[in-house]
Amino acid sequence: MSEPRTLYEKIWDAHIVERRDDGTCIVFIDRHLVHEVTSPQAFEGLRVAGRTVRRPDLTLAVPDHNLPTTARRDAAGKRVPIADPMSAKQLEALEANAPAFGIRYIDDAAPEQGIVHVVGPEQGFTLPGCTLVCGDSHTAAHGALGALAFGIGTSEVEHVLATQTLLLKQSKTMEIRVDGTLGFGVSPKDVVLAIIGKIGAAGGTGHVIEYTGSTIAEMSIEGRLTVSNMSIEAGARAGLIAPDQKTFEYLKGRPLAPEGSDWSAALAWWKSLPSDEGAAYDTCVALDAADIAPNVTWGTSPEDVVPITGSVPDPESFDDQSKRAAAAKSLDYMGLAPGQRMEDVTVDNIFIGSCTNSRIEDLRAAAEVAKGRKIAEGIKQALVVPGSGLVKRQAEEEGLDRIFIEAGFEWREPGCSMCLGMNPDKVPPGQRCASTSNRNFVGRQGPGARTHLLSPAMAAAAAVTGKLTDIREMMG
Amino acid sequence: MKPFTQVEGRAYPFGRTNIDTDVIIPAEFLKTISREGLGEGAFKTVREEAGNVFDDPAYAGATVLIAGDNFGCGSSREHAAWALEDMGVRVVIAPSFSDIFSGNVFKNGILAAELPQEAIDRLIEVAADGLEITVDLENQVVTTPFQDRFEFPIDTFRKECLLAGRDEIGLTLESDAAIAAFEQKMTAQRGWMAPQAK
Ligand code: SF4
Repeated sequence: MSEPRTLYEKIWDAHIVERRDDGTCIVFIDRHLVHEVTSPQAFEGLRVAGRTVRRPDLTLAVPDHNLPTTARRDAAGKRVPIADPMSAKQLEALEANAPAFGIRYIDDAAPEQGIVHVVGPEQGFTLPGCTLVCGDSHTAAHGALGALAFGIGTSEVEHVLATQTLLLKQSKTMEIRVDGTLGFGVSPKDVVLAIIGKIGAAGGTGHVIEYTGSTIAEMSIEGRLTVSNMSIEAGARAGLIAPDQKTFEYLKGRPLAPEGSDWSAALAWWKSLPSDEGAAYDTCVALDAADIAPNVTWGTSPEDVVPITGSVPDPESFDDQSKRAAAAKSLDYMGLAPGQRMEDVTVDNIFIGSCTNSRIEDLRAAAEVAKGRKIAEGIKQALVVPGSGLVKRQAEEEGLDRIFIEAGFEWREPGCSMCLGMNPDKVPPGQRCASTSNRNFVGRQGPGARTHLLSPAMAAAAAVTGKLTDIREMMG
Repeated sequence: MKPFTQVEGRAYPFGRTNIDTDVIIPAEFLKTISREGLGEGAFKTVREEAGNVFDDPAYAGATVLIAGDNFGCGSSREHAAWALEDMGVRVVIAPSFSDIFSGNVFKNGILAAELPQEAIDRLIEVAADGLEITVDLENQVVTTPFQDRFEFPIDTFRKECLLAGRDEIGLTLESDAAIAAFEQKMTAQRGWMAPQAK
């Protein structure tokens, strides 16, 4: 019998092309997602060196980061010009590079267009056991389907385009086990915020995280995508969740998923992937679902997490000097005072979207709160941005768009939107945003923007009351 | 890629922890289709602070950056490496780096050297006086004019590539036959992995 192996080790072993003496491996990449921001310099590099894309069939390109979330075609079907010339240039570059290198391209107005990390799983491009990369750190999301997926830089994008491989060293493994039933109003977003709060923003560095336990097993695929998506906020390049019946049901019939006898062959392999009994992880962390409350962040690192019923910590309460300094700086930036109750924090903007929380279940959870209510007077901007055109269409079929619009939200076209300040959706300087995205970094949602990360239902609740709100009280 | 052997120069005594790539180069500067000119946007929010190290003439032309724990965390943007390169930084020294960031700087011929916090504290003292720091990759050592000597670890593969200024893609393509053999094996074993257009 061979040694028991983890899910990560099985996928890793199945993709080694060549191992060098120092442990560096040439690893085969099964899937490559390309978007407009991190690819132009890679294509430029290929051109300069006279290289081609080795496996265009394993590559899929879609624009998302720069696209305005307003209408992309006018009544006559003509493209609405993009005001920012730099954005327009990046989008044009992708639009030209994809066909020039023979890559499948989803156009900005196609119904399938959306955020890369929503599109991959939705199209069945992401499969269990595959290695998947994208020039974007939230590629970790795809690990929810049991794919070894991680973000890469532009030089690596070029490397994958040219060779369909990457040079990597094996990572350490970390098991994060969550057991038990989540309380009322507690969502997958709260689970992952609790994890990051516990292990810290660098807690997973050098590791691939595998999420295990009954809470994860009970979670829907969309919930798992939310959890795995934020692995990078805990420092881990990739997150993984063992594929199970839910995964297979989710994938079956998706446009790019295998079918017929291919499906059976794939299924047989996928079933062999979960970690073996007795497989060892380098690090193990356990959380009890019953201890997890609806969470919000107070600072400028995703590890700055407190339950909604908590208050802003006193920087002096941190043990180490650098943490104290960082916390003091964060509070200054955030315009918050130590001891202030989170529930007293008023917000100006609401953002429901991003690759963390823009799938149909997220929109349903937010709509349930918004239904029959109105957003508060003081709210300056409240955006709901579906993760893809297909999510948008489904939400509209379910009437969710009407609910949001009647409550006073804006219903937008799919894209990254207010998750990062690259397109017209920005949080103005000094203003505060309750956001379902994944990063509360300084300037992330626009220069001077103050971000509080939370779940879709909590974001909708904040829209209604105008301040951070305990969803359990509002809906309980 | 420029070969990297030894760098001798002034250093920015920056020292902050958890500096993410949004701080190194804010998103507003990512909309470029070229690798050049990003130094202008580097550390924009820090540079808005009075007395920041990056605009202090005492450190003008610094080639070394001394930072705190978990440097380069957050977004995978390689623009952070291009921004540092454009600023003229050839070495970053910190207690730890995010994985993606250290890979990205390496691919652009910048050395990310890890040293313990005590060494960082000492280097910051020296750098703050505007004195030069020497980073010798061949011997994996950082030295100061005061005989301080700190050895740093580095992966042998990365070291060789940096010393030779080698292009990774070219190197991998030397294994073209192995990649082709792997692809054949995959077609036989997991042929369903190649997506079919329907
Ligand atoms: S939604 Fe945000 S985190 Fe996700 S891919 Fe877009 S910019 Fe990155």
